[in-house]
Amino acid sequence: MDQVIFDLTQMPLREVNAALHAPGLAGDFLVENPAGAHNLAVGLTSPVNVTVQGHVGYYAAGMNQRASVSILGNAGTGVAENMMSGTVTVRGNASQSAGATAHGGLLVIEGNAAARCGISMKGVDIVVGGNVGHGSAFMAQAGRMVVRGDAGDGLGDSIYEARLYVRGTVASLGADCVAKEMRPEHLEELAALLKSAGFEGDDPAAYTRYGSARTLYHFHAANSY
Amino acid sequence: MCGIVGLHLRDAALYPRLGELLTGMLCEMEDRGQDSAGVAVYGDREWSPEGHSSVSLLEVAEDVAGLADAVSVSLGSPVAGQRLGDTTVLTAASGDLLEAVRAVRPDVLVAGFGSDVTVLKGVGHPRALAASWGLAKAQGWQGVGHTRMATESAVTPSGAHPYAVGPDQCLVHNGSFANHATIRRDLRAAGVRFDSENDTEVGARFVAHQLEQGRDVETALKELCSTFDGFYTLLVSNSDSFAVVRDAIACKPAVIAETDAWVAMASEYRALSDLPGVEHARIWEPEPEVVYAWTR
Repeated sequence: MDQVIFDLTQMPLREVNAALHAPGLAGDFLVENPAGAHNLAVGLTSPVNVTVQGHVGYYAAGMNQRASVSILGNAGTGVAENMMSGTVTVRGNASQSAGATAHGGLLVIEGNAAARCGISMKGVDIVVGGNVGHGSAFMAQAGRMVVRGDAGDGLGDSIYEARLYVRGTVASLGADCVAKEMRPEHLEELAALLKSAGFEGDDPAAYTRYGSARTLYHFHAANSY
Repeated sequence: MCGIVGLHLRDAALYPRLGELLTGMLCEMEDRGQDSAGVAVYGDREWSPEGHSSVSLLEVAEDVAGLADAVSVSLGSPVAGQRLGDTTVLTAASGDLLEAVRAVRPDVLVAGFGSDVTVLKGVGHPRALAASWGLAKAQGWQGVGHTRMATESAVTPSGAHPYAVGPDQCLVHNGSFANHATIRRDLRAAGVRFDSENDTEVGARFVAHQLEQGRDVETALKELCSTFDGFYTLLVSNSDSFAVVRDAIACKPAVIAETDAWVAMASEYRALSDLPGVEHARIWEPEPEVVYAWTR
């Protein structure tokens, strides 16, 4: 099937999103001239391929299910927020709260992600080619996050059972987040994640795993006022 | 929410297009604030003639020519006046124009003053205000703008940004300062005069006070980071400088783009998307508590 082209200088955003929401949709779609538009390709539920040629604004590909969305540019706040399944790829950098609260699927940011990447993630896999900002994986509940560069302050603060893999330095760990041993199953898991994101050249052994020390799971009378 | 835009031109060939580009940027940020707006334009020689000082005034009910005459008598030299939207701009070739204005009309609201800057602001929709100022025709080397959605103080001309409280200085803010009352009290005790109860004015007066004491803009903004509590993305300009800083939490958005021809900053990328050559610009999000500054 030929690729369908939507030009945002010719077609209003709502019409583009409505077209991408058509029941039973299949095929390949190209969105041109996004010019930083918000809410592009949100709420997709069909297994379509959507390529966005340029920079997008807030919440691009939010709530995604089954679709594969590639953004050939930078993304604003909350890219792939609350994604359920499918794949979202950002060729450039992502602003704050990338993949926030996402339950499933794969989010790949080839450049850097800003603050609060993967905040309250609930099962998504996030692979970041560069660095993540402060407060990343805050209250991360489930899923995996891979950072090929460095992490900012407060990584994994109040983390639950998400697993974080960082190759570079961590400016500081958040409350209850600790470095953990890389056992064979973690090396295997990380290798698979890197491969799925197109970074199979990396040595998984160069990464450190971080996770919950589980000291905040139960109430301690000593912590009360 | 509020919107910030700023454009610092390096290529003089673009100076005639400053107003047109700034208008496009400001109007793109209208969704982020529609109760008031303002701009500061550096180097428009219709509004601020070379070698003249200028003062921008708000809420002037009287006839502009009458006001200019009254100030002229006090100053002892000619004063020209024009009305741009709701802002009255006075200019003079010699003497301390601001002092003369304050002597003649002690309670007048000063929106900005200096030798290069024209500050225009008011209550209303950004698009309507830009049209009332004739912003699209403005020229110059630098401009900043703000679209306001008030949270911290009333919707009044004195609450609109920019705050231009030192000579050719200008500050616009997205966010809110939590401890502004304490800092205002300290600054008042140090002799600083305030025009409003607005939190951003405290930030602007703080920066102006620091600069007055001989600090450079980078040091002043670092001092601001350690003194102020709250949320902020700030764009701070002077006749020869353009600086951006964000608070440690960095939840108020900002994006910077840079080419050989210009440096631009906005709350969102879409405000930059029509700038000439943006497709080849270096684009990044400023890091928390890092001061980014450019000089001409």
